Amino acid sequence: MSTTDKISFAQAINQALDEAMGADPKVMVFGEDIADEQGGGVFKATKGLSGKYGTGRVRTTPIAEQAIMGAAVGAAIAGYRPVAEIMFMNFLTVCMDQLVNHAAKLRFMSGGKTWVPLTVRCTTGAGVGFGGQHSDMLEAWFAHVPGMKVVSASNPAEAKGLLLSAIEDDDPTLFIEDIMMYSQQGEAPAPGFKVPLGKARVRREGSDVSVITYGRPVRLMDEMAERLAGEGINVEVIDLRTIAPFDEETVLNSVAKTGRAVIVHEAIKSFGTGAEISSRIHEELFSDLKAPVQRIGSKYSPVPFSPPLEQAFLYSEDEVTTAIKRIMG
Amino acid sequence: MAQQLDQANDIDGATLVEIFRRSMRVYKTDERFRQMLMSGKLRLVYYPVRGQEVLSASMMSAINIDDYLVTTYRGVHDQVAKGIPLKDLWAEFTGKVTGTCKGKGGPMHITDPDTGVMVTTGIVGAGLPIANGLALASQQSGDGRVTVVSFGDGATNIGAFHEALNLASLWKLPVIFLCQNNRYAEHTAYSVGTSAKRIIDRAPGYSMEAVRVDGNNPIEMYNAAKAAVDRARAGEGPTLIEAMTYRMLGHTFGADFSYVPKELQEEAKANDPIPAFHQLLLDRGVAAEEIAAIEAAIDAELDAAVEHALASEYPGLEELRIDVLKEEIRA
Repeated sequence: MSTTDKISFAQAINQALDEAMGADPKVMVFGEDIADEQGGGVFKATKGLSGKYGTGRVRTTPIAEQAIMGAAVGAAIAGYRPVAEIMFMNFLTVCMDQLVNHAAKLRFMSGGKTWVPLTVRCTTGAGVGFGGQHSDMLEAWFAHVPGMKVVSASNPAEAKGLLLSAIEDDDPTLFIEDIMMYSQQGEAPAPGFKVPLGKARVRREGSDVSVITYGRPVRLMDEMAERLAGEGINVEVIDLRTIAPFDEETVLNSVAKTGRAVIVHEAIKSFGTGAEISSRIHEELFSDLKAPVQRIGSKYSPVPFSPPLEQAFLYSEDEVTTAIKRIMG
Repeated sequence: MAQQLDQANDIDGATLVEIFRRSMRVYKTDERFRQMLMSGKLRLVYYPVRGQEVLSASMMSAINIDDYLVTTYRGVHDQVAKGIPLKDLWAEFTGKVTGTCKGKGGPMHITDPDTGVMVTTGIVGAGLPIANGLALASQQSGDGRVTVVSFGDGATNIGAFHEALNLASLWKLPVIFLCQNNRYAEHTAYSVGTSAKRIIDRAPGYSMEAVRVDGNNPIEMYNAAKAAVDRARAGEGPTLIEAMTYRMLGHTFGADFSYVPKELQEEAKANDPIPAFHQLLLDRGVAAEEIAAIEAAIDAELDAAVEHALASEYPGLEELRIDVLKEEIRA
């Protein structure tokens, strides 16, 4: 593979689905508008798949999320590996019962006699002007449900590698895509490249402060770390990749080394995943900390429409650098 | 005319006896649960199925052990009629490690894939979309199975019912939607909560075959079930069966039942499907000794099941970390 090979985030998703379907006839894909007759998905993530694998395995569904998720749960119990596309993360609210009461719990409630090897893909994110019902980051809700895994990629190659792992995994996994990242280009991974679930990646080593993040903010944090290095602050950047269960070992080892942590996510700060990660750091490393753990998230508000409000709602690099400089004393 | 119809739709003696056997297995299980709850030997929230035994027994006699069943929290009649070993069922109801689900699911979440009992849900209406998925798996793999999903009349008012019927009809899934219309949604009478005059009136909106039958009549119920199963296996798509029945006891064991008019209760007692079925067998020339032998065998299985359940151990506390995810949760 030449290093100049590039793919977009949407292409990475498409390649992962294609490889998974090619490798395992039990992989099926359901969702609204996903077959080629309907355009191959509103973000083209499933383009070409129905042509290649047929509309039996790549099924366009009615706009009926309970029906989609229920069909996926039932097929999964019966031995299939469905990938259900719920177009926007907010639409998970209309099929929460299937996901939370059924997909996540059936393995436990059946004493291990049934399990649900289901992958749910959805997109979300503020910044495109969809307003309050198509933009929320609700990962903390699902991370709070025993029996589910939650994943979010920060670049095309790892998106492909994580999605392949999610599809192969025997537990229900929510795969969160960011609407602002579909056209983002990145290095193309080698065929068969996979990212294990539950493993964070230290993207940049540093000695002064650990920045723990996932999804879209990762690239911004990489760039910020580069700028701060010029000011003599050495930032360690950790991309969780899997939000639940998160890689405690990598996080705690990093913070034990730096003594400082800042958690950054797009979801609003209150009761977000940052609260859990921060608490785990305080519980395990209180005496090693040089400063209280900081959290940066979006503002406590529904995602607004008006562009200036939408930008003001979102977390910002300034907030992160201000927090870092404050705890660096 | 009625006589001729009965003859035309008659079912063979062996099948009728098998439906009776299953009905009595349900009847006696339900009766024993209530007796033990009454005497304080058991403590659990129990959803009686008295009056709905023949309905389930007829439906389950029309499918195979490896066909799929999805049922609800009031599901012990379906589970027993489908064929779950009573000892496994009783152990689960008592929270023991020898239960169908190691005691971790409990009465509202019975799962036993060996007998095709794939999901029991405590969420009204939630089973229908899942049944579609099981049926989709069969359609896709060509394994020839059908899926039966049981639910009450009350479940037809929730969105999942409508989403599921639409999809099943659209994709011609091999699924049978079995509405057990027992005339009460918890404590609310049918007419207070349901706008449709009959449940089957909802089916044409989904271009779906539908049939309304007396669920307490084994011949009528079995024939309707068989026709729906045959259609599903032939790839002709789903059927909605509205099986008329009556829940002879309260929503839960010991619950207030005064909201049901006395006349209705009296009428139901007079039409109790169990004595009627017993009489039907005698009328058909089945020997009283054969019936007694069937009942004695069930009593013996039940005695052994109760003893096994009570003697079994509770699950170890490490089970809290097992089956949450595939990989055991670290202590």
